[in-house]
Amino acid sequence: MNVNSQPDIRSEAIAVDVDRVSKIFGGEPPVTALDDVSVAIRQNEFFTLLGPSGCGKTTLLRLIAGFEPPTSGSLRLGGRDISRLPPNKRPINTVFQNYALFPHMSVAANIAFGLQMLGKPKAEVRDTVDEMLKLVQMEALKNRRTSEISGGQQQRVALARALAPHPEVLLLDEPLSALDYKLRKEMQIELKRLQGETGITFIFVTHDQEEALTMSDRIAVMNAGKILQVGPPREIYNRPVNRFVADFIGETNFLTGTAQGDAVRISSGHMIAVPLDGRTGDVTLTVRPEQVRLCPVDQDGALHAEISDLVYFGTDTHCHLALKDGTQIVARLQSLPTGEVGYMRGQAVGLRFEPGAVQVVGA
Amino acid sequence: MADRAFQVARLPGFNTIAIMVFVMLYLPIGLLVLFSFNAGPSVAIWEGFSLQWYPKAWGNEQVRDATIRSLIIASSAALISTTLATMAALGTTRRKRSPGQTMIYVMINQPLMVPEIVTAVALLIFFASIKVATGYQGLGYLIAAHSAFCIPFAYLPIRARLEGMDLTLETAAADLYATPWQTFRHVTLPLLMPGIIAGMMLAFITSLDDVVISLFVKSAGQETLPTYMLGQIRRNITVEVNAISTLLLGLTVIMLTVFFLLTRKQD
Repeated sequence: MNVNSQPDIRSEAIAVDVDRVSKIFGGEPPVTALDDVSVAIRQNEFFTLLGPSGCGKTTLLRLIAGFEPPTSGSLRLGGRDISRLPPNKRPINTVFQNYALFPHMSVAANIAFGLQMLGKPKAEVRDTVDEMLKLVQMEALKNRRTSEISGGQQQRVALARALAPHPEVLLLDEPLSALDYKLRKEMQIELKRLQGETGITFIFVTHDQEEALTMSDRIAVMNAGKILQVGPPREIYNRPVNRFVADFIGETNFLTGTAQGDAVRISSGHMIAVPLDGRTGDVTLTVRPEQVRLCPVDQDGALHAEISDLVYFGTDTHCHLALKDGTQIVARLQSLPTGEVGYMRGQAVGLRFEPGAVQVVGA
Repeated sequence: MADRAFQVARLPGFNTIAIMVFVMLYLPIGLLVLFSFNAGPSVAIWEGFSLQWYPKAWGNEQVRDATIRSLIIASSAALISTTLATMAALGTTRRKRSPGQTMIYVMINQPLMVPEIVTAVALLIFFASIKVATGYQGLGYLIAAHSAFCIPFAYLPIRARLEGMDLTLETAAADLYATPWQTFRHVTLPLLMPGIIAGMMLAFITSLDDVVISLFVKSAGQETLPTYMLGQIRRNITVEVNAISTLLLGLTVIMLTVFFLLTRKQD
């Protein structure tokens, strides 16, 4: 079941190899932030660690950066063990959630800092700083103090500062969370562009599933110190390995039922055909709201339901349906130009699922 | 209805009390400054404006000696106590909180808690035995004593600055290839500077006007400016003392202004 073991991962060059890493914070009681985590991040990929707060995603990032040592396990960068290297010896840079720009330095001095610490010649530092300022479109503000520029501009400076030493890996700790919605959308595209232009491996931490789906080459979904699933956005969204992943990524419907041969009898009594992979007994099914279709009540194979509510969302309308045993299902219907969807509350309708849309996510 | 909130400024008599407090604070100092420009020899009867007491005070060799001695002691004590206070502040803020933490704060701030006269007597006895053993009679005792009691004055502003500092800045420096020493040199120290300067100035001024400990610790002939003035006043009150006091006041005001301008530019 686990997509971790796809064969093509081994055929590509690995940038960061996290090998059975655990992190336990001392204290009473001790907290297991990471529990035997293994993941291989490929070179030049936009890799996202996604999960709710407290799932261990930031801890994993801090371990890769070297701000915390792992309790057990090892971290390799390009095949070299870096588990015990201090952060200043790792060719990895970080964009911090609060940016952490040096307030006593100008924009240009912030960007130059890493290069200066590496002992680069003055001319090279100057050229790279100019190049970075251009890359993030901040040339006009190079002599400003970091306290005199806006949040979005600080974000760009933080990016330029982390990219300037041309690290092998760039870590981004929820860098967009402090920005407003429009700016965040802009920066998402900007980040993707920068990753393509620089060819640097990006490891991006977020709790925003939409952000993860939009930007990532691959996503690792985390919860309670474990990685639950690793895969491309489409696979994570359409083939969640368990209930948590299905629920955390996007909106979804859950149906409980019992396996009977090649189909599942759900609690309302309807039979739904799904690939069971040899499962028996009680199972949980999931289906995305946009894969639920309404149809005439008497259509062949339709489930009978009643519309309990219609909620308008602009581009689409969420249609809440109740099966005869009370099971709730949400269908996402595209709004008509009038803003209506052509159904009314209380109406009896038939519903069916798009072929292949229903997934088994365990018991 | 936010204006219903309790406001001290609206209580009856607030203005009267406030004005009286300011008068009590500044009238005596104002008179002292005023009479330093008196043409006559009295500190109470005004006989016209004159600057004569300033050159007279400076012409007094004892005043000059005491001033130079005071400045040497205050500068040394400020430098030593600020260095120690900076290390103490780094040591107490850059570690996990431990049960003994409060005890350490109390011990560092000991001079603020223990009555000065107790410290003075203790130092007198302690230094006396060292004097007997080594025969050394120099300024070292005064500098050591002043450094010790100036530490909390330097420590408090530095610690306040450190506690307000964002620790991710140091993490960011390390992430950008700075060694621990480079991080301290390029990030921690520059950001700490306003606190260090404030601490050093407080220590300098505290040392400059100390009387009690200086009286007990000094050897014969080691008058500081305050102990000299005290000795003068005991004999006869002269306008010379007013002139010296005015100059000390001026020095303090200048230092505070410089500090204010420096920190305003920093932030």
